Amino acid sequence: MTIAAADPNRVGDLGRSDARGRGEGGPAPKRVVVAFGFWIFLLSDIVMFSAFFAAYAVLAGQTAGGPSGSQIFDVRGVAVETGCLLASSFACGLASISAGARSRLWFYVAMAVTFILGAAFVGLEVSEFAGLVERGDGPQRSAFLTAFFTVVGCHGLHVSAGLLWLLTMMAQVFAKGFRPDILRRMLCFSLFWHALDIIWVALFTVVYLLGAGA
Amino acid sequence: MSEFVDDLHPHADDTAPGDQRLDGSGIAHGVFSYLIGLAMAAGLTVASFYVGGSGIVWMPVVPVALIVLAIAQMGVHIVFFLHITTGPESTNNVLALAFGVLIVFLLMAGSLWIMANLNHNMMLMPRMMEMQR
Amino acid sequence: MLGKLTWSAIPFDQPIPLIAGAVVALVLLGVLVLVVVKGWLPYLWNDWITSVDHKRIGVMYILLAIVMLFRGFIDAVMIRSQQALAFHAPGYLPPEHYDQIFSAHGTIMIFFAGMPLMIGLMNFAVPLQLGVRDVAFPTFNSVGFWLTATGALLVNISLVVGEFARTGWLPYPPLSELRYSPGVGVDYYLWALEISGVGTLMTGINLVATILKMRAPGMSYLRMPMFCWTALASNLLIVAAFPILTATLAMLLLDRYLGFHFFTNTGGGNMMMFMNLIWAWGHPEVYILVLPAFGVFSEVVSTFSSKPLFGYRSMVAATMAICIISFMVWLHHFFTMGAGSDVNAIFGIATMIIAVPTGVKIFNWLFTMYGGRIRFATPMLWAIGFMVTFVVGGMTGVLLAIPPADFVLHNSLFLVAHFHNVIISGVLFGGFAGLSYWFPKAFGFRLHEGWGKAAFWLSLLGFLVVFVPLYGAGLAGMTRRLQHYDVAEWRPWVLWAGVGIVIMTAAAACQVIQLVVSIRRRDELRDLSGDPWDGRSLEWATSSPPPAFNFPVLPDVEDAEAYWGIKLRAQEEAAEPDYQPIEMPRNSPTGVFCAFFATMMGFALIWHIWWLFGLGFVGGYAAFVLCAWRDADEYEIPAEEVARIDRVHRRTRRDALAVGPRP
Repeated sequence: MTIAAADPNRVGDLGRSDARGRGEGGPAPKRVVVAFGFWIFLLSDIVMFSAFFAAYAVLAGQTAGGPSGSQIFDVRGVAVETGCLLASSFACGLASISAGARSRLWFYVAMAVTFILGAAFVGLEVSEFAGLVERGDGPQRSAFLTAFFTVVGCHGLHVSAGLLWLLTMMAQVFAKGFRPDILRRMLCFSLFWHALDIIWVALFTVVYLLGAGA
Repeated sequence: MSEFVDDLHPHADDTAPGDQRLDGSGIAHGVFSYLIGLAMAAGLTVASFYVGGSGIVWMPVVPVALIVLAIAQMGVHIVFFLHITTGPESTNNVLALAFGVLIVFLLMAGSLWIMANLNHNMMLMPRMMEMQR
Repeated sequence: MLGKLTWSAIPFDQPIPLIAGAVVALVLLGVLVLVVVKGWLPYLWNDWITSVDHKRIGVMYILLAIVMLFRGFIDAVMIRSQQALAFHAPGYLPPEHYDQIFSAHGTIMIFFAGMPLMIGLMNFAVPLQLGVRDVAFPTFNSVGFWLTATGALLVNISLVVGEFARTGWLPYPPLSELRYSPGVGVDYYLWALEISGVGTLMTGINLVATILKMRAPGMSYLRMPMFCWTALASNLLIVAAFPILTATLAMLLLDRYLGFHFFTNTGGGNMMMFMNLIWAWGHPEVYILVLPAFGVFSEVVSTFSSKPLFGYRSMVAATMAICIISFMVWLHHFFTMGAGSDVNAIFGIATMIIAVPTGVKIFNWLFTMYGGRIRFATPMLWAIGFMVTFVVGGMTGVLLAIPPADFVLHNSLFLVAHFHNVIISGVLFGGFAGLSYWFPKAFGFRLHEGWGKAAFWLSLLGFLVVFVPLYGAGLAGMTRRLQHYDVAEWRPWVLWAGVGIVIMTAAAACQVIQLVVSIRRRDELRDLSGDPWDGRSLEWATSSPPPAFNFPVLPDVEDAEAYWGIKLRAQEEAAEPDYQPIEMPRNSPTGVFCAFFATMMGFALIWHIWWLFGLGFVGGYAAFVLCAWRDADEYEIPAEEVARIDRVHRRTRRDALAVGPRP
């Protein structure tokens, strides 16, 4: 047939890559598909956080006679929380490497350290919230506090869900070993855990550091 | 399936986001990447808290400095912890991230701009605010 | 013990919902009895309810959409008839009831008719067009469907247990706050949408991953059918926009349940922020709805003009441009809220710009038809009807995009006519075009042409007779959502709209008759070759219906129009492919179990039955983990079985084509 008939859209040599999953090589391997799908989910989660962030930014000044950020934030405590979460991200990275190297011992150790540091983060945050509520500065006090509790609390809920997921991953590795599907889930978990740390960077910068200075 | 790509054609496929392309160079290299990331992120974090708290930096510049440091920290996480690189095998991952960042930017900038305008134009007169109390 | 739930929740004193509820309950009971007595339950459970096959899930989405389309249409009939009667008169619907009806109408049509219809078509057709066996995450596909069904179920339960929201389809505060809507109506709305929103997000992730990472060998991005491009754009928008909806509705829920101050009058809340955030979702949402419809039209116009789509690359560019720009126009939904002229001007200009890529598409469809050999089958009629009416709707949109004009026309019937114009022409006609186009592929027999054409012409006429007068009434100053009115000037418009809804009811009846007649005459209408329309993309290479695995061997794509190229080279007469065993995903009850517990949690939260919520939460998590613990995710179809199924298809197709050209 003529060249025109074979290529009616005049695509020519575009898209000539033979790679699987992004060119002409056919479907991508499962690991790539699963991780990419989870990556897309993470981006959607980040958009959700940005909606809460936008609400916080709009309502940050609405203290309705109640306390403002500089009056309630404990920067030292936030620094400790940040350190815990960053270290737990590092530990999670080590856990990924251990899984890749199929070492059960190091996997359990690294995951346990990740859990302990993550739980410390959640514990500190819960105690901060509880302290505020006790003083009468809970989320019902003002729009600023509403937005603060929601955006920071949403992150904390995600971390808590991550801790639950972490324990489930340890249980699955214990029961079934380093099966390919379990390794794919581990990859998704590590993506999740690192993304939570990225969101925390935005949170502590915008909410606590900028807020405390205001 | 290991974290390390051991295909016959290691660069034929895309990298899964989060996977490291180590081409068999070993665990040490992998750990090294996380160590560098940890060191850089920790340094930037300490800098953030310092800039925010200590008053060394000129006041009006503080928000800008904090945001720059935050973006740097996020970059360190993305490169060293999530292993998102710029090669052709990572293009889909980078494009997806860029799309997400665009949407976040539009939502935040748009909302702040719109709400600032609305609040300014629709601001209640002091007397009406009295009546609300 | 039962929270706020008491016997007074059942509307014994309101005849209309009571009778409607009773009728629905009787029909459901009848269906259930039939299914059990005929022994269909195992078949339904194994082959449909727990199915993870994208084709089955697509059909179920569309079934849900059609049922909810009827419910939403009945709401529309009630609105039009109430308005036709209510000139200097109370009509037959008291305001508290009327308000629920227009709120339910919008909510159901957008979330439970429009979205499932488009998602169902995308689910069914995209993997087939891409030449692969299923979507990226088949089990999540099932979960997504069942969570959407949960949302629809909750909205329907509100008809007989409690009430629905009275706030319109978007619950603006402060009316939607607890103080001014203390009943359960807004809670029904919020939980139904939060739950189904999770399902929709899963679909978005699934289809983006499928389109970007799973295509047949040889199918580069620019060889994908146009429907797949619009599906990609639509699902990227789902992934980007639905989280905003989730967050905003969550904020309203926190206000209502825990006394937070996001949107309250007091405590520093900002009501206007709700409008800002909800429309940041709401505008992309309408493009989520219309882009797949545009994709359907691209397929239909190309196939029935017997020509490749004109300007494929510009279509791709236009689609992706619409995808991005749709995130830059949302303020045009609240020009009148007081942002000021510079903000309004920027968003007004952006809104006008977004009309340009759509115009590019219209011209491309017209140029595809020009010089082609056109067959006026039912799908093509829907496409032409769309082209003629949609441009009017688009132009009224550009008119409304001018802020000074919008200040006069905002929330008038002109606005209502505009968005119904674009949604009905775009989404509904596109949905019907897609249905009649892919019906033979899904079920193995075509729909009856005569009744299909009748349905089309009556729909087109009915739509014009309802909405052209509403444009007029809007220009004359009539506001939307009026339960009664007394301005004589508006009366003729409203009465004509009442006539139009009768015509649309006739059209709906034709659709039902078409389905019944087609099923009864299915042997005459049988599609034996798998390619009833002389199609150009890969789905037509399979049998009708396709086997579970879609393709015995993944096709090697060599041209821009994959199947057309194969037909031109007459490759189908070549030797049998090398059959290999095929791994298929196992069915799973995860979806229906998640939905069951989600329904329990939603109902419990609405009525403040906290122990029931706890039960649902624990049960749901346990069910999820249990299902995730299974060891066998897949099963294998042996090569001999693949060969056997495919040989039947090749023989049937050969015989059908040997009989001669289609009449």
